[in-house]
Amino acid sequence: MQRLTVTDVARHYGRRKALSQINFTCDAGEIVGLLGPNGAGKSTLLNILATLLTASKGRVEYGDGGATTGAEVRGRIGMLGHDLFLYPELTARENLTFFARLYAVADVPRVVARALERAGLTDRANDLVSGFSRGMRQRVALERALLHEPQLILLDEPFTGLDQASTAALVARLRERQRAGCLIVLATHDLDVAEGLLSRAIYLRDGRMVGSDTGSEGLLDRYRRAIQ
Amino acid sequence: MGAFFRVAWHVMRKDMTVEIRSREILFTTVLFAVSVVLIFSFAIVREGRAPDDVAAGILWVAISFAGTLAMGRTFERERYNDTLRALILAPADRPAIYMGKLLGLLLLMALVEIILLPLVGLLFSAPIFAYPIMLSMLLAAGTLGFAAVGTLFAAMLVRVRSRDTLLPVLLYPITIPVMIAGVRGTAALFQAAPDEPMARFWIGLLVFWDAIFVTLALWTFEPVMTE
Amino acid sequence: MRKLTTPFIALSAAMLLAAPWIINAAPYESTMGLVQKVFYFHFPSAILFLVSSVICGIHSFRFLFLKRQSADAWALSAAELGLLFGALTLVTGPLWARKAWGVWWVWDPRLTSSLLLFLIFAAYLMLRQYGGPGSDRLAAGMALFGMLNVPFIYVSVNVWRTLHPMTSVVPTLPTDMGIPLWFCFTAFTMLFIALLTLRATLEHQRARVEALYLAEDEG
Repeated sequence: MQRLTVTDVARHYGRRKALSQINFTCDAGEIVGLLGPNGAGKSTLLNILATLLTASKGRVEYGDGGATTGAEVRGRIGMLGHDLFLYPELTARENLTFFARLYAVADVPRVVARALERAGLTDRANDLVSGFSRGMRQRVALERALLHEPQLILLDEPFTGLDQASTAALVARLRERQRAGCLIVLATHDLDVAEGLLSRAIYLRDGRMVGSDTGSEGLLDRYRRAIQ
Repeated sequence: MGAFFRVAWHVMRKDMTVEIRSREILFTTVLFAVSVVLIFSFAIVREGRAPDDVAAGILWVAISFAGTLAMGRTFERERYNDTLRALILAPADRPAIYMGKLLGLLLLMALVEIILLPLVGLLFSAPIFAYPIMLSMLLAAGTLGFAAVGTLFAAMLVRVRSRDTLLPVLLYPITIPVMIAGVRGTAALFQAAPDEPMARFWIGLLVFWDAIFVTLALWTFEPVMTE
Repeated sequence: MRKLTTPFIALSAAMLLAAPWIINAAPYESTMGLVQKVFYFHFPSAILFLVSSVICGIHSFRFLFLKRQSADAWALSAAELGLLFGALTLVTGPLWARKAWGVWWVWDPRLTSSLLLFLIFAAYLMLRQYGGPGSDRLAAGMALFGMLNVPFIYVSVNVWRTLHPMTSVVPTLPTDMGIPLWFCFTAFTMLFIALLTLRATLEHQRARVEALYLAEDEG
């Protein structure tokens, strides 16, 4: 997935415009932030990028058009949703194994073991997810999203409720994926963490793009200028 | 084709694992089904005995009420952490996910019916062992028709607010023919002079409907689940 | 089609106004007397009830699988008319039945499946009303299952011996009963087509208004 092109995307619910006139392009190796107040449409846009929602207007082009079927595109996307997408009644290992099988990953036990290692939860692998703290669940959820080595990684408010250590671990993992050539799009409120992480910021308000820039300093000021 | 069944199998296994851990749906569904049988029995009993021929009807009413509850709960589980979205997001064949859910539900219903049938046999002196194969086929075919439509509708309604009331409202008119066939066939086997050809006729009709319903559900699952 | 709606409504109104006289002129049926004449309304209503189900099913298919947005309006209109004509059928039927069979209702295949089809229409409309956003697609999926019921209704009286008159009765009617029947049938059908078109047009206009509203403050 070298490039993601979003052209004039809009999403309506009856008369309510959740998104309108969204245009941007980003390339592999970028970490793109979707920033904006609540209700700005960040989650909606992420869901459209994940193919979970269809845009009412406009289109999204993934890469060079090589992947044609929906399944092929979905196979290259990994998403960490707001609600984490984990089964609380299953263990960490079982969750990862199930999704690995669903994504037809080769050599499932090895991949799952490595994912548990990266999440730092090898010793808790056989504990139910319902007993995990928010940070631990987040780590499992992130590894779940990355099991099949997706080229497009979408994250919806990934830093919510994380402590310092977990945030740092998440940032490190994202940087590692960035270096590996993935394209990362994340929606967040947390400007402190986003500063220094994002290579490009897109500002959304009331479903519209009110600005977009690159650069990694002074994010708070740029945000204020764009949103207010 | 292999991938289709593989995915369905994994989804079903996942559901079974979750269910075995808590056994919540199984226990509550069985208890609910038993309550339905008892309530209807008390309503119908006259002078300490229930009239003949009610056993089949009560059995299938209990199956349909309990089944509706079970399918609602199964998809409620997928709502918790939005895991249904994660399933739709996977590159797996969407109909295969439906199939996995359906198989899981069928297994659950089979367990419920294994408990329900002897209970009904006991309370109404119904000859449940007279035609074991035909009775099993009736139960299987009828439950499949009901569950096939129900799984689809329950999945459709997952994000709808009044899903608990809408599910029966949508499901029953469409599956009542299946229920009727089940009741008639079972009654034909339970009656004093069992009518085998009649039961066979109803089994045949059920199989025919099952084929149509399952096929239509497989086709329709993807378009209705994607927004 | 749209231009025909006014003449259709006018014509069908005129025909329905004239209908009592025409029906009155028809001969009395030997055993039933006056009540039998409900049949002249019951038969067209029943046919249009089934027809609206087929229309709803076809357009639901087009909407869901062929992604034709405009088909949804037709499916909705057909469902509403199905509810209306279904109600007419289910009311006129028992009026006839009470005299013919002595009971208001029997649980035979045709009556039962007609009642179920009526409930399916009601459920469809309830889903569209209370289902929230996206309920048009869900309802379309449901309508496909509902439409499967229709062939069963039609065939059921021929397969099972029931009290309900068989489908072969109508072609064999004597002419002076045939005239009021086809007169009423024509009137009802024109009314049906006019109402269907009007309702679907209304839905299309609503969608256009919404699109205009949405486009209003675009750049």
